[in-house]
Amino acid sequence: MHEPTDKPGPYGDRPSVRPARMSVARPSVVGMEERWSNEHVLSLAPDQASLKAAGKLSAPAPWTGAGWGGGALWGECRGSGRTPYRPCVDLSGPAYQCTCPSRKFPCKHVLGLLLLWSAGSAAVAADAEQPDWVDAWLTKRRQGAEQRAVRQQERREAGTDDAAARRRAGQRALRVAAGAQELRLRLADGVRHGLADHAAASGGWEEVAARMVDAQAPGLAARARELAHAPQEGLLEEYALLHLLAGAYGRVDELPAPLAATVRTRVGFSTGAEEVLAGPTVRDRWHVLGSRDTADERLTTRRIWLRGAKTGRPALLLSFGSPGRAPEVALPTGRVLEAELAFHPGARPLRAVLGTRYGEPEAAPAGPPAGVRPAEAVAGYGEAVADDPWLDAWPAVLAEVVPVLGPEGWQLTDGHSAVPLRRGALPEQALWRLAALSAGHPVTLFGEYGHAGFAPVTAWTADGPAIGLGQ
Amino acid sequence: MTAPTTTAHDSWSELQTTALLGTDRRPLPAPAGPPALAAAAGAVDRADPATALLDLAALATVRRRAGALPLPAPALPAPAEDDPRPEVPEAAARRLGFLLGGRGPDTSLANLTELLPQWLAAARAHGYRPPPVHLPALLDTARARSELRPDVVALAGPLGRWLAERNPDWRFVGRTAGAALPVDPTEVTAEHTSEHAGGGTAAGEQIWQEGLFAERVTHLTRLRRRDPAAGLDLLRSTWATERAEDRLLFLDALQDGLSGADEEFLEAALGDRSKNVRATAAELLSTLPGSALAARMAERARACVRPLDGVLAVDPPTECDTAMQRDGIPPKSPTGRGQRSWWLGEIVAAAPLSLWTDATGLTPGQLLALPAREGGEADGTDWSAELREAWARAAVRQRDESWARALLGPAPRTGGADRSAGAPAKLLAVLPAAERATWTAAFVRTHGLGDAFQLLGACATPWTPPLSTAVVAALERAAGSGAYPWSHSGVLGMTERALAPAAAPAVEALAADAAPETAWSDTFTRLAETLRLRAAMLAELVP
Repeated sequence: MHEPTDKPGPYGDRPSVRPARMSVARPSVVGMEERWSNEHVLSLAPDQASLKAAGKLSAPAPWTGAGWGGGALWGECRGSGRTPYRPCVDLSGPAYQCTCPSRKFPCKHVLGLLLLWSAGSAAVAADAEQPDWVDAWLTKRRQGAEQRAVRQQERREAGTDDAAARRRAGQRALRVAAGAQELRLRLADGVRHGLADHAAASGGWEEVAARMVDAQAPGLAARARELAHAPQEGLLEEYALLHLLAGAYGRVDELPAPLAATVRTRVGFSTGAEEVLAGPTVRDRWHVLGSRDTADERLTTRRIWLRGAKTGRPALLLSFGSPGRAPEVALPTGRVLEAELAFHPGARPLRAVLGTRYGEPEAAPAGPPAGVRPAEAVAGYGEAVADDPWLDAWPAVLAEVVPVLGPEGWQLTDGHSAVPLRRGALPEQALWRLAALSAGHPVTLFGEYGHAGFAPVTAWTADGPAIGLGQ
Repeated sequence: MTAPTTTAHDSWSELQTTALLGTDRRPLPAPAGPPALAAAAGAVDRADPATALLDLAALATVRRRAGALPLPAPALPAPAEDDPRPEVPEAAARRLGFLLGGRGPDTSLANLTELLPQWLAAARAHGYRPPPVHLPALLDTARARSELRPDVVALAGPLGRWLAERNPDWRFVGRTAGAALPVDPTEVTAEHTSEHAGGGTAAGEQIWQEGLFAERVTHLTRLRRRDPAAGLDLLRSTWATERAEDRLLFLDALQDGLSGADEEFLEAALGDRSKNVRATAAELLSTLPGSALAARMAERARACVRPLDGVLAVDPPTECDTAMQRDGIPPKSPTGRGQRSWWLGEIVAAAPLSLWTDATGLTPGQLLALPAREGGEADGTDWSAELREAWARAAVRQRDESWARALLGPAPRTGGADRSAGAPAKLLAVLPAAERATWTAAFVRTHGLGDAFQLLGACATPWTPPLSTAVVAALERAAGSGAYPWSHSGVLGMTERALAPAAAPAVEALAADAAPETAWSDTFTRLAETLRLRAAMLAELVP
């Protein structure tokens, strides 16, 4: 059960379309010279092996000439070779650079240096003068960023009026419409002959998915592929919602604009981050409620959920990393970032792109964030589904709930009503971590509530800090 | 997932049945449900039944999702009892996460398996409670590594027991002995032992009557620590019906709080059907110097060994009569030693040591210096080695410091030929920790590490600085002599656990001096790294 829009399809939001780094050109900000927390550094590691290797380099011993100043951190690390490696971090980016041949990014030298620095070690000189090699790299980097910004601006100005691009878009719309129509026929055939035969026919859905890819409708393709693996009891719902989506695309031009945007997104049309950022933005103090990484063999996907302190608006940031590379955006759970967000269009906007940041993430007020009762979370999802029928879940903070293990699995209750914990939302040990945190007392939980139950991401006890439950 | 209304549910199952069989075989259900849904369903174009079915199902699905209600609240379980202990400091909590294999920077896995037990022991000794979020991983680890259970269960405290009641994987928590909260058994009050398995009389009685063997041993051991008499009564209540193997292990549990009050029971056990039970009962009795068995053994010992003028006249027994056998002396030596020497050894080892000093007015050291010959004759068989050996066993059993000290002799000097009788490691264990370390350091300086494994194992950890220095110097000599590190792997493993953190600079210097890329350089580098980690880890746990 997940949001098809969250998954980058073949034509979707691949990492090649990176969020524009608005922060690059901004002037240096007060408070930037604050050391990062240990957790923040850990969250940057591309994998466990890198962390292990970095642990060995987090002691002063192998380092010489390590320093910190002017928004950068650098050092020289003695390795087995003759020349030391020279890792360097642009703290405002953040961006990393190292002379080692590692393909991991950031490499163990960068991570080790960051760990040493975040621990407050005296081996890293504070307010140090940047050596020439650091200065040269930073200068080159900032020039490169400026050039990119100029090129982007040129493309935007040139692209809007491009007849060829319009023709291509028109062709794609036709192809997708034909695909959606074909899909409707396949679904109707399914229920005409009976879903009892579905198991025998499930191989056919892989083929249908391939045809949807050809039709440039990756959203339809992903949903069709899931049909092949859907359990029998949920099958009719999946058929019906896919039928509804394909049908909605058939008359997408008649729909109200926000719903039309939702349908387009779910079918597989994507909006580039730059395009989103070109639209209206929402400035707020965004509370980081939770974060979770999921990885397959091609890609690590990081979800970061935010909530605006002034607007109360939920937002979801997605970022991606190819294997060996950490996703680009790292915001520690429990902190608050003043920034502008631009929301992808839709009937229920949630996914957003991070625009201008005003300062670094700061500590949030102590204690759990404000939340709702289970009954309110159920109602909240109900309203969201009325806007976007394909929505599987909607973010919610459940205040003061006790996890209870019953014969039907775990439930979360405030003593008045309850919601089930979504099966498979957490690994077994994480469920018990939640139980141990609660110890039978109420906890505050951030997560997603949907028709399959509540999937917890972050927990707060009455007096403790935010604790991520997923990994 | 959430409960829909009955009519909606019926119309949904109608749709589902039709979908399963296919609209070719079954007609579309008529619009049903509440008026709004029925009206919307009525508006669906039914020209093509298959498309219409999908439209109806989409309507019903979205309605079900948008209109779902929460579940009724289940009964709330009783929360876990409060744990008054302070939580471990933040850095130590983070370290525990790394040691449990969580996310974080650390070094090789081999070191982690060594470090976790030390973290647990130190945290327990400081009286902390672990962060709740790490308890599941901690309990899972203790499930796999039973040697960690006593510390883990004690650390986990009331929350650990609460969790274990809910997760059958952690049932061992109820069966682990030595895990009562405070480390000092005298502090255990009836009030808080009654709350965990087996503390209360009713629950305890049930465990004793119906529990698994391990649970019963745990219960008996705990009860025995708190109230030895009650433990004995409990054991007595079912003694006659227990299996021989079980009797043996229950008897072992009496070691805790053993006193004269247990003598009568143990005397009776000397007549047990099982040979092993008889032997164990005799051994326990022999550690009670005031027992009747000890008096009988003293009688026999006096008959065998008489102090004459400056000599010990030895006349080992010539037979093993039934009274001796009843007192736990096997008639045949298990190792096939000479019968008389075997009996002599058994008698002297079980006799109170005070017998010898009281009878002669000599110190243990003076007694050990006396020649011991058969019949006291100058040309009689020399029995001094046997006598020494038996006294060593007695000193260990009776935990007699002055005899142990005399038997070990002064810390060995270079060229000193005298090696101690018995097992020096066991004798060493009788001495105070500081004395043990001093003696062992001298031994290592003299003899190197070759024979030091068990002695080092008998020393308290972390090793004292002088002992650590002696071991590091011995390692340096071993490296210099061209020996291979793996011939010292046992000692090296122990060194990683036990070397004083203060020895780190010396080890780092060794690592720097060792020829690069050699086995010794790797060994010293790794050792230095472990020491650094261990020092950091222990510092984090200091309140």
